[in-house]
Amino acid sequence: MAHDEQGDVSGTTAKTILVTDARLIDPEAGTDTRGWLLLRDGRIAGRGEDSPPRLDEPHRHVDARGKCLAPGIVDIGVKTCEPGERHKESIRTAGAAAAAGGVTTMVTRPDTTPPIDTPEALSYVRRRGEQVSPVHTLPMAALTKGREGREMTEIGFLLDAGAAAFTDCDHVVTDTRVLTRAMTYARSLGALIIAHPQEPTLSAGAAVTSGKFASLKGLPAVSSMAERIGLERDLALVEMTRAHYHADQISTATALPALARAKAAGLDVSAGASIHHLTLNEFDVSDYRTFFKVKPPLRAEDDRLAMVEALADGVIDVISSMHTPQDEESKRLPFEVAASGAVALETLLPAAMRLYHSGQLTLPQLFRAMALNPARRLGMETGRLTPGAPADLVLFDPDAPFVLDRSTLRSKSKNTPFDGMRMEGKVLMTLVAGAPVFEMTT
Amino acid sequence: MTFAKRHLLGIEPLHPTEITTLLDRADHYAEMGRGVAKHGHALDGLTQINMFFENSTRTQASFELAGKRLGADVMTMSMQTSSVKKGETLIDTALSLNAMHPDLLIVRHPHSGAVNLLAEKVNCAVLNAGDGRHEHPTQALLDALTIRRAKGRLHRLNIAICGDIAHSRVARSNILLLGKMENRVKLVGPPTLIPAGASDWGVEVYDDMREGLSGADVVMMLRLQRERMDGGFIPSEREYYHRFGLDLEKLSHAKPDAIVMHPGPMNRGVEIDGTIADDINRSVIQEQVEMGVAVRMAAMDLLAANLRAEREALAGGVMA
Repeated sequence: MAHDEQGDVSGTTAKTILVTDARLIDPEAGTDTRGWLLLRDGRIAGRGEDSPPRLDEPHRHVDARGKCLAPGIVDIGVKTCEPGERHKESIRTAGAAAAAGGVTTMVTRPDTTPPIDTPEALSYVRRRGEQVSPVHTLPMAALTKGREGREMTEIGFLLDAGAAAFTDCDHVVTDTRVLTRAMTYARSLGALIIAHPQEPTLSAGAAVTSGKFASLKGLPAVSSMAERIGLERDLALVEMTRAHYHADQISTATALPALARAKAAGLDVSAGASIHHLTLNEFDVSDYRTFFKVKPPLRAEDDRLAMVEALADGVIDVISSMHTPQDEESKRLPFEVAASGAVALETLLPAAMRLYHSGQLTLPQLFRAMALNPARRLGMETGRLTPGAPADLVLFDPDAPFVLDRSTLRSKSKNTPFDGMRMEGKVLMTLVAGAPVFEMTT
Repeated sequence: MTFAKRHLLGIEPLHPTEITTLLDRADHYAEMGRGVAKHGHALDGLTQINMFFENSTRTQASFELAGKRLGADVMTMSMQTSSVKKGETLIDTALSLNAMHPDLLIVRHPHSGAVNLLAEKVNCAVLNAGDGRHEHPTQALLDALTIRRAKGRLHRLNIAICGDIAHSRVARSNILLLGKMENRVKLVGPPTLIPAGASDWGVEVYDDMREGLSGADVVMMLRLQRERMDGGFIPSEREYYHRFGLDLEKLSHAKPDAIVMHPGPMNRGVEIDGTIADDINRSVIQEQVEMGVAVRMAAMDLLAANLRAEREALAGGVMA
């Protein structure tokens, strides 16, 4: 990548940027074409496949040299650990990791200490994001107070304060009456509910998915059926209440028919999958490697392949990092007592490139799931390469190889399952509202 | 003779020839144990620490006796009452002990994989004395030695393992070992106590004792933990005994010369009838305890030999 300055402004403050010779990955049109893109005043001002325009105004010229330019990633379900666990991560460090990973909007989880269940707490996260994060920070709020599943939060006030969605994260609302009322109330305000489909009495204490591998390793396990039971219950309630519903993570093949049925019936339902469930399987846990302990646990290879196919078919809409920082002390324990979760903001894009290089998904399909669909689901204008859309963009080389060294990650916690693995795909530049927030130094 | 392992963490990584090597050595120690002079010198000058994070009487005693008979300095630590209660992590405990330069660490832990984790952090030989529901390799080896001595071979036998397979590390290690030695292994128990995916292990699964025991050369009973009897996994103790407890009638479906085994401690009248357990013509339960000491002597002997060779190679390397 090369760039030269024209006019008298410095590169980072230029209000106008012209990117030429780029592979434009347009998830909306489903196209992957050579062309140029003009950014002005934080928005996309022009686009073409012909020769780029000659500009009289001062601007920065970025020669992409045939690399990919795509809408920035909108990542639903980032845990920043702030407030409460700043030794693991903060909004500042998560923001830096996001910028380096091509994530232009972090949709943050409310499973902090204390949980984000009041408008005041939500405003705090928004404000911190504006102050210290180079990328957009869009907070989600808890659906019930304290994420305890008993009383709904002030959904109206929280919406006014800017809550993107309502979720108790991995705390399943077990009381069906409470969930029904929360759905009914949220529906009247047009609020989106994000749930973690799981039957908790089956999954309690589980560290892996039940089957031959789990039994041989002697680890407490949960059947993949627990996810389907949880999803079927939620979908029945959506049918009853007509709520706007998103399942945070679908990871098993057995849950897919219910999802497809609900969509076909016209319910406002969408679903996500984590990058780890799309690229790893239960055998990766191998000799009790706790960095591979995630929630829900990694599944069988057949399930992984079914998730990839469901993404291609549009049954699953969104790919998330489910970024969950955990310090060394929480992970250096016997597998069944070690903490769950993995950091992924910086590895989301290179891991997703595995699905591109294997020929399973095209780049427009991947960015549909990582940018366009999550943006649309949350009512944002981003995720598109159309003139007029916000200039939240990522420029990346899908083929650049590297071996991941976890110590180089920008997150405070380094719990990535990809440590030491060969990966392809490097972010060259990340732009938020038309301004570069990350540029790879060579 | 080959036994090319640094640790004994499970049966899973062992090659059949390594199992045979270990059993041959154990045979030698079994004979020695029956003689007047029971002492060997294989562990002279070495330090053995037994770390038991979970209660144990017989395994702990067996390892202690095995180490002492071979000349090791043996220390037994009951970790349930020590610094672990004060919040120290498993790894910190291991590192502290490692600083005292033990040569053999014998570890039992309630969590699967905990012994593997610990073995990564220390520079001595580690023996797994049982981790969670994962493995209990010396138990499987002593069972194998008992079978080999009673039946004259350890292959092409019809072996039924009965009872609570799901929660048993003994069952897992035995399934692995007996499978590696090419036996026909059958698991018998109520479906709630058979682990998911067991039928993919190369074993047969039965929920009827008479079918499962049919034609068996070896009947291996497992202990049913008291806490599993309360209606969670089985309806009641008496229904379990009726359907899965080993009595003379059920045993009559096995071969007439079938041997009966139990890793202990037994619940008489729950999983096994007392008269069968005491029948010296059928039960080899006491022999199992005896072979336990011999197998543990053999395992520590072989690991200590590898440890000494490794240290000599290292010292030689420094000299050169």
